[in-house]
Amino acid sequence: MSAPANLPTGFFVLGASHHQAPLDVREKLSMGTETLEQLQTELNQLVGLREFAVLSTCNRIEFYGVADSPAAVTGIESTFCRLQDYAGSEFAKYRRQRHGVDAVQHLLEVASGLDSQLIGETEIFGQVKDAYAQAQRRQSAGPVLNRVFQKTFHAAKHVRTHTAITSGHVSVANVAVDLAHTIFGDLAQTKILLLGAGEIGEKTARAFQSRDVGGLTVASRRLERAMELASSLDGTALPFEHLERHLGDYDVVVCSTSAPQPVVTRAAVTAAMRQRHARPLFLIDLALPRDVDASVAELPNVYVYNLDDLAAIAEENRSAREAEISKCRALLRERTATLWKQVESLLARSPAAPAGFTDHKTSEA
Amino acid sequence: MFAHMIDRDWLWLAGEFYLVGFLLGTWSLVRGGKPSTVVMYGLIAAGYLMQWIGLYLRGMAVGGCPLGNTFELYQFTAWSATTLYLVVGVAFRGNLLGYFTATLSAALTLTSLAIPAWDAARRTHIFGGNPWIELHAALALFSYGVFALLALTAAMLLFRNYSLKHKRVGGWYSFLPSVIDLDQISVRLLGVGVTLMTAALAVGSVYWLRDFATVNYAKLLITVAIWAAYAIAFTLRLRGRLVSRRFAWTCMILFALALLSLNPINSSRHPEPVSSRS
Repeated sequence: MSAPANLPTGFFVLGASHHQAPLDVREKLSMGTETLEQLQTELNQLVGLREFAVLSTCNRIEFYGVADSPAAVTGIESTFCRLQDYAGSEFAKYRRQRHGVDAVQHLLEVASGLDSQLIGETEIFGQVKDAYAQAQRRQSAGPVLNRVFQKTFHAAKHVRTHTAITSGHVSVANVAVDLAHTIFGDLAQTKILLLGAGEIGEKTARAFQSRDVGGLTVASRRLERAMELASSLDGTALPFEHLERHLGDYDVVVCSTSAPQPVVTRAAVTAAMRQRHARPLFLIDLALPRDVDASVAELPNVYVYNLDDLAAIAEENRSAREAEISKCRALLRERTATLWKQVESLLARSPAAPAGFTDHKTSEA
Repeated sequence: MFAHMIDRDWLWLAGEFYLVGFLLGTWSLVRGGKPSTVVMYGLIAAGYLMQWIGLYLRGMAVGGCPLGNTFELYQFTAWSATTLYLVVGVAFRGNLLGYFTATLSAALTLTSLAIPAWDAARRTHIFGGNPWIELHAALALFSYGVFALLALTAAMLLFRNYSLKHKRVGGWYSFLPSVIDLDQISVRLLGVGVTLMTAALAVGSVYWLRDFATVNYAKLLITVAIWAAYAIAFTLRLRGRLVSRRFAWTCMILFALALLSLNPINSSRHPEPVSSRS
């Protein structure tokens, strides 16, 4: 593969993300653990590549590093394509490259969740940390990457704390869990009933389960399906016929049956509320047609949210996050400018490679 | 500079601290942000200290707990509510209770300062040197402070309920505590308030039984009515018969009535030695 003239040297980032590569391409670019190990081993031996870190997630594959020559960067690209069995000419259509201060700004934006498909998501922060930890473990991180990544983590934390970029969830399931927090506070004592075994209901139940709720029960017209799902969710099953009798035992009811008529009636909820004294009841109606009688929402201390309500909140949160992007970028630009001065001085100095890095390369050279 | 300050100067200063808390909180909320808990707590604590000094000076001047006129009753109620906030507010970190407390304290403190008629005449030695009556009055007024804070948590419960029922959970509503947290703190405050007021009435009744002629029936009737209303609300809440919005509205209405009763209670007192304000 010949080196394109515009490939960066010095501090750079090279890779493809959801911005350019569609899902089917990202599937092909996605690396398994073994391939990633192999890639890192081979990159460690690449002449002219002083430092590097590989960020591999379901939405991006990016190589951050310090290179002495364009050939080293081309080497990364060709090694990656060879190991992935992916045509270099195809990869060239999707890959983007930045160098210098732009590469630093990009990393800061990635770690802060600004560049994510789901803007403001925080999982990427952990993934960037993992990429850096891998680089440290493999001794491929030197003075420049150490400085850049450490300052990146500070900057990402600063942005998360001082802006609303991560506030409010943007998925229906997590919005439902947030609302439960708003009603019950700590969910450790909160009991969840999943009514029906629909996919979205299951997703929501899993979102609750991931927040350590007090207990989860599944009720479905098919008891064996309820038991199966309950077992996969680490919960218990309830025969559907017992629903009305036990409704008052649950704090949150996630409804996703395919019943043509409401299965949660006003009479049943009124009776349940008598049992519950002052404790509120949160009904999440994800079914179409709706599972909860519309008049139930009028009852005091009962909160009913349907699919549209949750989607509207998710959309509101997404818009709020988007509105924060420019504020975040401005904050990050300040940090990037300061950090870039430090990186420039590190790059100007003769490379003080980390222990093992130089020795290893020398031995391979 | 401070040596020349009289009690009312300190109380003005306290009111201004509370007002700054209210204005800063409003400014933060209008800008879509959350009032800083630390700043709010600091402002309220500073206001509390000023108010404490003001009330101490007033107490020294009138020879007892300063509960001799409507102005003093309002000041003492605001001070009691603030005392309680400074204790329970720590558990309410990161939400709006501080903002609401600053608002209420500013309203009570500055309103009473702004109406000269309420402080036109000072009653001195109103307890006649009887510490039990002084304890009775202080406990009763402190319970009003508890009910003031209860009114705030009840208002927050109403806002929280409104936000959830109308699907408006973003913006400043997101800074409100959960329904359960607000309900639990409200029930506890109601319990504490009723207990304090019961104790106040118990202490007072010992004195009244000894010297029935001194009992002012209007004052007794109003006080017992307020106590009974709160006690009934507490019982109904514990039995799950008064919950959610109705519970919150009841707490707020009862506090408004309790506040309105301060004036008639004060006016119905037997005439006591009076000194005009200097």
